[in-house]
Amino acid sequence: MVQKQRMFWGYLFIAPQLIGLCVFALLPLLGVVGLSMTEWDGFGKVKFVGWNNFIQQIDNDAFWMALWNTVYYTLMVIPASITLSLLLALALNKVRGKAIYRLFYFMPVVTSSVSIGVIWIWILNGDFGILNQILKQIGIEGPDWLTDTDWVMPSIAMLSVWWGLGYNMVIFLAGLQGISRSYYEAADIDGANALQKFWHITLPLLSPTTFFITIMAVITSFQVFDQAYVMTQGGPAKASYTMVYHIYDQAFVHYQMGASSAAALILFLIILVFTLIQFRMSKRWVHYEG
Amino acid sequence: MKAETVHSTQQMNHPPQVKPFLNPPYHRKKRGRVTGLFFHLMLTAGALLMVFPFFWTITSALKDNSQIFASPPKWIPHPAVWSNFSDSLQAMPFAGAYWNSFYITTVIVVCQLLTASMASYAFAKIRFPGANVLFILFLSTMMIPKQVTMIPVYLIIKNLGWVDSHLALIVPNALLNGFGVFLLRQFIMGIPKELEEAAIIDGASPFRIYWNIILPLIRPALAAFGIFTFLATWNNFLEPLIYLSTPEKFTVPVLLNSFKGLYVTDWSLMMAGTTISVIPVLAVYLIAQKYIIEGITMTGIKG
Repeated sequence: MVQKQRMFWGYLFIAPQLIGLCVFALLPLLGVVGLSMTEWDGFGKVKFVGWNNFIQQIDNDAFWMALWNTVYYTLMVIPASITLSLLLALALNKVRGKAIYRLFYFMPVVTSSVSIGVIWIWILNGDFGILNQILKQIGIEGPDWLTDTDWVMPSIAMLSVWWGLGYNMVIFLAGLQGISRSYYEAADIDGANALQKFWHITLPLLSPTTFFITIMAVITSFQVFDQAYVMTQGGPAKASYTMVYHIYDQAFVHYQMGASSAAALILFLIILVFTLIQFRMSKRWVHYEG
Repeated sequence: MKAETVHSTQQMNHPPQVKPFLNPPYHRKKRGRVTGLFFHLMLTAGALLMVFPFFWTITSALKDNSQIFASPPKWIPHPAVWSNFSDSLQAMPFAGAYWNSFYITTVIVVCQLLTASMASYAFAKIRFPGANVLFILFLSTMMIPKQVTMIPVYLIIKNLGWVDSHLALIVPNALLNGFGVFLLRQFIMGIPKELEEAAIIDGASPFRIYWNIILPLIRPALAAFGIFTFLATWNNFLEPLIYLSTPEKFTVPVLLNSFKGLYVTDWSLMMAGTTISVIPVLAVYLIAQKYIIEGITMTGIKG
């Protein structure tokens, strides 16, 4: 094909996605930067206020509450989820009947956040919930999981770990199955024990998978919203109020488009910085074969 | 003579051949069986924890008030109260919500499969000017969380007059998926040049090559991407929550959320509603689980 033809066909093929890219990604990205410097309720006049919205966010207790809750949630979910799913994948890799286990562990992954949320509201109910009923049988007085400010975030973190476990597990399993057996055979000849094999073969060769899962998990944890909205409406006393909740609340409850945009940009920068740091650090612990 | 030397050097080089004696094979097998049993116990315990919330939801949906508040808890409902299901179906238009979710998701998936594969074909095989820059732009949209641009997108949708319309959900999601473009491009890059060249010599247009050669070859990738998009769209909550306000237009997650708001103390009715929202999805999952899990794994690993 000549240059002109390639140009025609190339742009014809990407046209629909290119329109989508311009209208629903690039334009909004410019929009959010612009809006973050204005005061606007979405209907009336737009007022330019410069950096004011960012300064206001830093003075805003709700912003810090949301940021802390989101970080706290991430710190609880990520280590628990990665450790548990790795352990399960290691076990699963060694047994027969993988498909049937996989089937059960993956069930929550296909279920919507709202269904999951409502199911756990009932399980975690302080008075009649099954979790506290079971705890009572073994002599423990369970807390009011979702209405106690200290317990609400750990509760949401717990069900999020449960929700995403199957996904991380199958990704880990695929990673484990990609490790060539010859490494283990060589280690057997050298007389390495199971722990040594795990530490010197499995973990390093699995590190690209671990890296992928960690990156994805950090990004999705920082976007936590559905569970908090469905289960607790950010309460009690904003104890489960997250960053995305803060963005939503300001824009669609209080109609402060400017302030909300500023918060959204701050969230974006936080996610970006965390991801870049992870990529930087990955050079030290992620091993790519060959 | 020669054979003997070879034999002896082999033995010399492998003194640990004695090892099997010290570590008899049956020993290993036994240990393997014990750890295997341990793994099975651990996995089964985990699987029970994964399934229990679903079990508890369905059984709670079949209880009346005296059973649902029973202490110690009643594991199996007796008598089973089926009317909870008809009551919740009457209280909320679940059938309509299912139809809305179904058709919105289907339209988005079909459009995505087409537009994303077209774009990724162009990026992988047609060297047109500007391709590299545009591809990098697509890649970078993958890194911007949707919530960040949620407000301007809402304002654009509002200007288009699509608030409280399904178009607000369909159009943006059908037209843009940086991840899909990236994923499918990975697969198309792997298709050998020779396959198209024959067609080019025959005078086939790029569209014929895309339709007759590329698309059939990337079918597994399309299936994986389609499943991935289907699940993400079906379970999407934040967008329909922002855009839809008429209950008749609700998708399943939004309807269940408002149902929850209305019947928050009527636990068996709420669990019946949740069961209605969960069962069809789980049924499809059980039928197609192999493809669903493998598809999701594939998008995870290639992405």
